[in-house]
Amino acid sequence: MEISIIALPLIASIISGFFGKFIGDRNSEIVTSLLVSISAVLSIIIFYEVIFNQYEENIIIAKWINSGSLEVNWTMKIDALSAVMLVVITFISALVHIYSIGYMSHDPHKPRFMAYLSLFTFAMLMLVTADNFIQLFFGWEGVGLCSYFLIGFWFKKETANAAAIKAFVVNRVGDFGFALGIFLIFYLFGTVNYAEVFDQIPTVVNEELNFLGIQIKAIDLICILLFIGAMGKSAQIFLHTWLPDAMEGPTPVSALIHAATMVTAGVFLVVRCSPIYEYSELALNIVTIVGMSTAFFAASVALVQTDIKKIIAYSTCSQLGYMFFAAGVGAYNVAMFHLFTHAFFKALLFLGSGSVIHAFKNEQNINNMGGVWKKLPYTYVLMIVGTLALTGFPFLSGFYSKDAIIEFAYLSGTTSGYYAAGIGIITAFLTSIYSWRLIFKTFHGPYNNEEIRIEETHESPLFMLIPLLILSIGAIFAGFIFKELFIGSEEINNFWRESIFFLEPLSTDHPPLWFLTLTPSLVILSIPLAYYLFVKDKNFSAQLVNINKPLYEFLFNKWYFDEIYDTLFVKSSKKFGLFLWKFLDIKVIDGFGPDGISGLIQKFSIKAKKFQSGYIYQYAFIMLLGFSAFLTFLIVK
Amino acid sequence: MTEIGLGHYLTLGAVIFSIGVIGIFLNRKNIIVILMSIELILLAVNINLVSFSIFLGDLTGQVFTLFILTVAAAEAAIGLAIIVVYYRNAGTIRVEEIDKLKG
Repeated sequence: MEISIIALPLIASIISGFFGKFIGDRNSEIVTSLLVSISAVLSIIIFYEVIFNQYEENIIIAKWINSGSLEVNWTMKIDALSAVMLVVITFISALVHIYSIGYMSHDPHKPRFMAYLSLFTFAMLMLVTADNFIQLFFGWEGVGLCSYFLIGFWFKKETANAAAIKAFVVNRVGDFGFALGIFLIFYLFGTVNYAEVFDQIPTVVNEELNFLGIQIKAIDLICILLFIGAMGKSAQIFLHTWLPDAMEGPTPVSALIHAATMVTAGVFLVVRCSPIYEYSELALNIVTIVGMSTAFFAASVALVQTDIKKIIAYSTCSQLGYMFFAAGVGAYNVAMFHLFTHAFFKALLFLGSGSVIHAFKNEQNINNMGGVWKKLPYTYVLMIVGTLALTGFPFLSGFYSKDAIIEFAYLSGTTSGYYAAGIGIITAFLTSIYSWRLIFKTFHGPYNNEEIRIEETHESPLFMLIPLLILSIGAIFAGFIFKELFIGSEEINNFWRESIFFLEPLSTDHPPLWFLTLTPSLVILSIPLAYYLFVKDKNFSAQLVNINKPLYEFLFNKWYFDEIYDTLFVKSSKKFGLFLWKFLDIKVIDGFGPDGISGLIQKFSIKAKKFQSGYIYQYAFIMLLGFSAFLTFLIVK
Repeated sequence: MTEIGLGHYLTLGAVIFSIGVIGIFLNRKNIIVILMSIELILLAVNINLVSFSIFLGDLTGQVFTLFILTVAAAEAAIGLAIIVVYYRNAGTIRVEEIDKLKG
């Protein structure tokens, strides 16, 4: 049963990918959706077993690499951590599969799309069920590959191809760090299996290494390298630039890969490696700082973006930042909790925005929307649910997880923890503002679209609304139901047990009441504020923009990250490449190599050709000359 | 008047020989000129042989000369015959145009 969770999506992908032509569009949609749904049901059963029967297992599917001391197996490690991920992945994936039937109904390449989705699910499952770093890396690259396929799914769109390549290349930077981290682990411990590595960690706590001329503690270095990998995959600041561009892909892809599952792989990695991170204060501080910077940065950028999907993408980036700084302050279980709830409401928001885009016939600019809340009642309500959950409106799922992150950051008692809590609160406020801006601009105010008449906008088909409905149930209740299980103080040992390691038990104190009420009240306050700014008095917000023009430009251009990277890396490497091509390759290698030699031969043969004039008198003359030279030589000698 | 000695004969032979050699590669017109140049070279050789024969008092040289004259006559006959046949085939005996060896 456990193995079929992994195998079913792979089978679905093979059937739809290789035989989609023979079985037809509709059948491949049904097969993939059905198999992934079965996998989801099985995952929920496993999750149930893990919660109530403390089920734990490490199933070895096959031996993979057995060379010297390197022993790697295909495994399926089931513990609380991977069970949570299993449920999130297969559940969201199944809903996205079903949603795609509706969303992609006008697309000519349905079987290919479904095959990629299923293949992605398989790779992601491989990632989370690994019991060693190599299989983790396999899944890690697998999801990256599928992400590349799916971002570039509309391969005739140039921007989509560019975005796909960008995602792949930016991830390469992170993966390089990740691979180095794995090498270092193997170098230090002689094994890549989690259990053996984690057992040996305390023995190398004080070991130091020389890395690029810097003397650094081995543990710190491992953690930092692994975290660079996590930053790439989870779109943390400096390596985040691919995520907003990845929105070129179809919306279901954005919901599944770039919101709920793949981008959380980095968080999963840090949590999975908690036995290593716990020993590295430096790395945890870096994680916290990067996490909170990302949370704030992405939220600030989301405030002024106009593309509905990019706003949500930056929001994802920001929420991932929350997860990281939760892990950074040591509250790994809270990070997982936010990952869990975030998957529901962010997938809901993405699929909801997909529904809006569908209604507007591929319009994504929120300035060209508005006033359609009566035309799209279900989407409207579901999007509101998603927004409330995201912003952390009291008693919805985001409230429990996000506030818990801020609380634990506050309780951690470290300087970076206090900073993180402060930034967390500010970011929560910003989150609320931009989320409501999105809602108000999309659904309220005057109707702004000139290409499509308001009568033509229509509610999405049932195939799309049912997954939204299920997700919205998750977005409302997931936090409340699973709160005790994930972050309740008594449950930590019962549920997570060995899968998350705490060097010192988490604080069980409660922060002061004013602190607890601060975030929710800011969040509630922001709703009328956003309403005033974006619906009631638009002149005021326009004035605000005019007064703070440089700031607005700064945010609108995403802090100029793309421009800086463009001059710093893209242009310089292009120049370097051109130099290698035009000078080194064409002039030096070709000039002296193939072209040079052939040119030389040609020159000589042109010279040699002249000897063969065909004129008898020349031949005779040369014969004579030769003869007399020969004779002279003989006589003189 | 100086006595005409071996040196004069040899010089004459060398001059005729050179004229023959130059005639082979300087002419642009006629292949018959080449044939004549070869004849000149042979004559230069003959002069050499005869003069050496007389000055050394050895008749072998003059006997050789007779042989060479015979060969030269035969060669001229065959050469002219070849030229005639060639003219029939190619329609020209201009030296510039005879470059079939070029391939």
